[in-house]
Amino acid sequence: MATKLKPVDVVLVGFGWTASILAKELTDAGLQVLAIERGKFRDTVPDFATTHIQDELKYAVRGGLFEDPARETLTFRNSLDQTALPMRHLGSFNPASGVGGAGIHWNGQNWRFLPTDFQILIHTEARYGKNFIPADMTIQDWGVTYDDLEPYYDKFEYLCGISGQAGNVQGKIQSGGNPFEGPRARGYPLPPLKRSYATVLFDKAAKDVGLKPFPCAAANTSQPYKNPYGVQMGQCTYCGFCEWFACGNYSKSSPQTTIFPALLPKDNFSYRTLCDVTRVNLDSTGKRATGVTYVDVQGREFEQPAELVILCAFAQHNVHLLLLSGIGRPYDPKTNQGVTGRNYAYQITSSVNVFLDENMNPFMGAGALGQAVDEFNGDNFDHGPLGFIGGGYIALWTTGGRPILQQHGAPEGTPKWGGGWKKSMHENYLKSVSVATHGSVMSYRDSYLDLDPTYRDVYGNPLLRLTFDFHDNEHKMSKFETDKAALIAKAMKPRSIKINYREGHYSILPYETTHNTGGAVMGADPKTSVVNRYLQSWDVSNVFVMGSSVFPQNPGYNPTGTVGALAYWAADAIRTKYLKNPGPLVQA
Amino acid sequence: MRTTRFAFGLVGLLGLSLANAIPAGAQGTTYTTIERGRYLVNAGDCASCHTDQGGKPYAGGLAVPTPFGVIYSTNITPDPATGIGKWSEQDFYKAMHNGIDRDGKHLYPAFPYPWFTKVSRDDVGAIKAFLDTLTPVRQANKPTELHWPLNMREVMAGWNELYFHEGALKADPTKSEQWNRGAYLVEGLGHCGACHTATNELGAPKAGETLKGGDFGEHWYAPSLTSGLRDGLGGWSAAEIVEYLKTGANAKSAAAGPMAEVIKNSTQYLNDADLNAVAAYLKDFPVGKAKVTTTIDINKQALSRGEALYVDNCTGCHMENGEGLAQAFPPLKGSSAVQAKTPDTVIHVVLAGAKMAATPGKLTGLAMPAFDWKLDDKEVADLVNYIRNAWGNHASLTSVDTVSKVRRDVEHGGG
Amino acid sequence: MSKNTRRDILRTTAGAGSIALISWFGPRADPAGADSLAPQAVASRTFSYFTAPEITFIDAAVSRLIPADELGPGAKEAGVTFFIDQQLAGSFGRAETWYMQGPWKEGTPEQGYQLKLTPAQLYRVGIQGIDDYCRRTFNKKTFAELGAGDQDKILHGLEKGEIELAGAPAKEFFAMLWQNTNEGFFADPIYGGNRDFAGWKLIGFPGPRYNYVNEIEQYGKPYTLPTVGLMGRNGSALRKG
Repeated sequence: MATKLKPVDVVLVGFGWTASILAKELTDAGLQVLAIERGKFRDTVPDFATTHIQDELKYAVRGGLFEDPARETLTFRNSLDQTALPMRHLGSFNPASGVGGAGIHWNGQNWRFLPTDFQILIHTEARYGKNFIPADMTIQDWGVTYDDLEPYYDKFEYLCGISGQAGNVQGKIQSGGNPFEGPRARGYPLPPLKRSYATVLFDKAAKDVGLKPFPCAAANTSQPYKNPYGVQMGQCTYCGFCEWFACGNYSKSSPQTTIFPALLPKDNFSYRTLCDVTRVNLDSTGKRATGVTYVDVQGREFEQPAELVILCAFAQHNVHLLLLSGIGRPYDPKTNQGVTGRNYAYQITSSVNVFLDENMNPFMGAGALGQAVDEFNGDNFDHGPLGFIGGGYIALWTTGGRPILQQHGAPEGTPKWGGGWKKSMHENYLKSVSVATHGSVMSYRDSYLDLDPTYRDVYGNPLLRLTFDFHDNEHKMSKFETDKAALIAKAMKPRSIKINYREGHYSILPYETTHNTGGAVMGADPKTSVVNRYLQSWDVSNVFVMGSSVFPQNPGYNPTGTVGALAYWAADAIRTKYLKNPGPLVQA
Repeated sequence: MRTTRFAFGLVGLLGLSLANAIPAGAQGTTYTTIERGRYLVNAGDCASCHTDQGGKPYAGGLAVPTPFGVIYSTNITPDPATGIGKWSEQDFYKAMHNGIDRDGKHLYPAFPYPWFTKVSRDDVGAIKAFLDTLTPVRQANKPTELHWPLNMREVMAGWNELYFHEGALKADPTKSEQWNRGAYLVEGLGHCGACHTATNELGAPKAGETLKGGDFGEHWYAPSLTSGLRDGLGGWSAAEIVEYLKTGANAKSAAAGPMAEVIKNSTQYLNDADLNAVAAYLKDFPVGKAKVTTTIDINKQALSRGEALYVDNCTGCHMENGEGLAQAFPPLKGSSAVQAKTPDTVIHVVLAGAKMAATPGKLTGLAMPAFDWKLDDKEVADLVNYIRNAWGNHASLTSVDTVSKVRRDVEHGGG
Repeated sequence: MSKNTRRDILRTTAGAGSIALISWFGPRADPAGADSLAPQAVASRTFSYFTAPEITFIDAAVSRLIPADELGPGAKEAGVTFFIDQQLAGSFGRAETWYMQGPWKEGTPEQGYQLKLTPAQLYRVGIQGIDDYCRRTFNKKTFAELGAGDQDKILHGLEKGEIELAGAPAKEFFAMLWQNTNEGFFADPIYGGNRDFAGWKLIGFPGPRYNYVNEIEQYGKPYTLPTVGLMGRNGSALRKG
């Protein structure tokens, strides 16, 4: 029998990026806010201390900062005719557990989506015709525009202290920035990071082949920075242990380094750790949430009443909770009915290994230290003759040279182990880099999430089931991108290159990206979306859903910048619209 | 982390308004007296001793270690049975001014009456008026655990005879009003000298050593506040002193350990006029005879070992040139805290880490991790000697034995 | 952070007869926090999981995967066998963070690891299977007793899944062995492998360092500081005393 607790105004499920943003914004509005996190509390000292954090085995290989599949995982299959089996250990993606979420172990690669990304359907139909879109591709417009979100992108960037070079300020193209980006009101709060040798070579090569490279925007501070909340950050020292590790000197943007000092001391904010939320509870009408049920570390069940429930867990975990709680009609791919779980997407990536003659010192790096070109992203290029939709950026990232997992491949013909392999490692480690492509994935009828019929989590709840594969569209696009990457790689005048196309089925191993999206998509039409343009559930108006769960499909950029912007956008809607008049903000 | 939250909770509980200006021209009204008292209680940092960790505000019970045993702070809430609820303003004044409690018993100078004696009667009255408004807490005072013969309070009569100079501070007519206000705060309620002055075997301030630095205990050395360039405030501007006391850090240093608590509980609440007064007073403090340290004869190999350790362990924040990072990590180069008379603080911080005060001006409470598990005693000694003598720094050497002792004494936190 | 810590701190200098020059005053401030996150280093090189024949097998196998040669020590010399032993004796070997609930089905390659065996069990079963295979195929010799050429052939066969082992799929076993060998050769020496930074020195990785602010723009210039590990420049330090 669950113990019923005293009500709060707002309960946040999870305590990562979106929960931290919402907690700050809503406590500033005077609300009592409680965040419930399944993992433990973590902070820079002692958990991310410089003294021990650069331990590749413990953190990157054994996942010291990641979730444990033993407690919760998902089942996976490529297609409906297969039986989904559990993801028994992490591979393709690394969700977090613990306060700060993946916000502490990301690289800090921070992007805005393109204006056309938000209106992909209308735009693609207009430019290429309705027939250009494959029948089973279920892309849709977001219900918000880039212009709607611009001030909130700005807010997130200034929260984080993003180091970058603007490309388009109020319509004026800035030299040295990304000429394709949507217009921004002002530049980044900090100048770009220092350049590594490899990014300098890439920059030259890209220019030589007629492209316009620019430094990637980084949530790694190039200088000490005090953000608008008054929180002080340090300066990145290029230690090369960014993604999968946490930052020891306050220079990677995370909830801890940008929000916590301004949030945690507040009287009207509290949090609980080591508590798993297992249900959003609804009243008898099913149209109103009464709060959540959670289980604490001792296995005791509690009911936490709240006026407003906001799902701030990682992407697919939000969808899992919606399905378990019966919010939104579950999606059935066979009938194409229902919304919850629909339109899951991911990212399609590939790489070209580049073997040079000079010392690259790959171990000096930062998570978002990179140089990129955007000519082949979104609809920045003519897709007509190419026969696919989507694109991605091509970048040379120098994030580090960690010896176990960041071996930049070996030249063609190198043996996979033995004396020949050893020799290759000796000759190539210091002199190899990779050019990476980072491509979009569209949504499809058969890419979706639902509840598994067989496998259960530690509470006896059905695991989430993921059905997903790369489609022809993505393979075509990725090959195109990879060939472009090879072009630039060759222009770096290397000893040799090795092209690694992304071919075949999507696999749950090895690691690709932690850019899982969809399942609770946002949109203008409740028949094809779970939440409206303010991230409010169509069905239960006092439930909001954050994160990349709401992406209708996944553009060719890392998601966090947009996740942060949408959190601020939703917070604004709650503060200025919802609180004045609780109820649906958009008429269905 | 917990201290920060606790301190905030304390503030929240009392509903303190943080930047109290003493209202001008509204003297004598009950409200303004109480508000003035609240301000003065912050200035005197009463909470740091009279509120136990996790305890009720001002209810006492904090164990204060001394070389003579443990003293527990007393309940100064207005509870009539266990606090000072029955104390009149006269009773309270006798305690603050003479170190004698309501029953005529001597108080131990762990309660800094040798400094509070300088506080005016008026201010003491205001303090009492504020204390009278606190929530009464029923919590009996714990008896002291002092060694004989100090467990007999009468002994303090003799100590007072030798070392206690009773009397309110008289203004110096040759100095400005601001200077005198600064003197009043530093020598009185602020009781800075209680830590920042060397003491003799009986725990009394050594004559002629006022504010030239003192051993706080537990391997925290309170540096000189006089105008020494190397190990005092000679290189600090008045504005830097103000910034330090108000926010916990400045371009030259960051408060750690006990001083971070002082910032959090006390000096951050002083208004700008008072902070400027304190700075003016300290900047005017005479240097005194320069301490001639014998030429540091550092073994080159040891120095080079220390340098290697510094490069391997410290440059992520303190940078290769020892200059730290502006607004974030304090410099080691040229630091008066680093070059203090004893190396204890540096050893302590290397072993146990440190956390900056979180104040409205500097919210973040940046922290340094503990190195105790990572470096052995010899490495710590080499590293500390390097830090204290690199980049133009110049300070006494430490030994492996000293490091071992500090390591034994210092608990590195309960997690 | 209980108040009792203050009493613990108090030294009995007074009791010993000498009174230190200490102030009367002493509310303790909180230090930055305990480092219970200090790496779980290995205390001494005593094997905890592998039996003697298993050690012999792993020594021989990893010697082929990363051999000693003119470039420097190989996996065996670098302590990889001991590294793997320690990993298998710990949380990784027990698959503590893995989802190990049934039902158990053979999946597609894209569905990843679906064995009921923990890594520790996989090694035990796998090594047994390979030595059995060798004894059958090579006239009662175990893997370790074969010549390098035959050993390589067997490893290739396992890698491709061409050898049938009783109780465990060869491919899975080989993949894990190679992965752990790589880990052992390149992880921090505190875990027992990468002894004296053998792996890092082979490739030129200087170890965990936290500041390249000046060096990152010195393009092409080799980094010359000595190799360092989590416990310092001593590459065989397993644990601080």
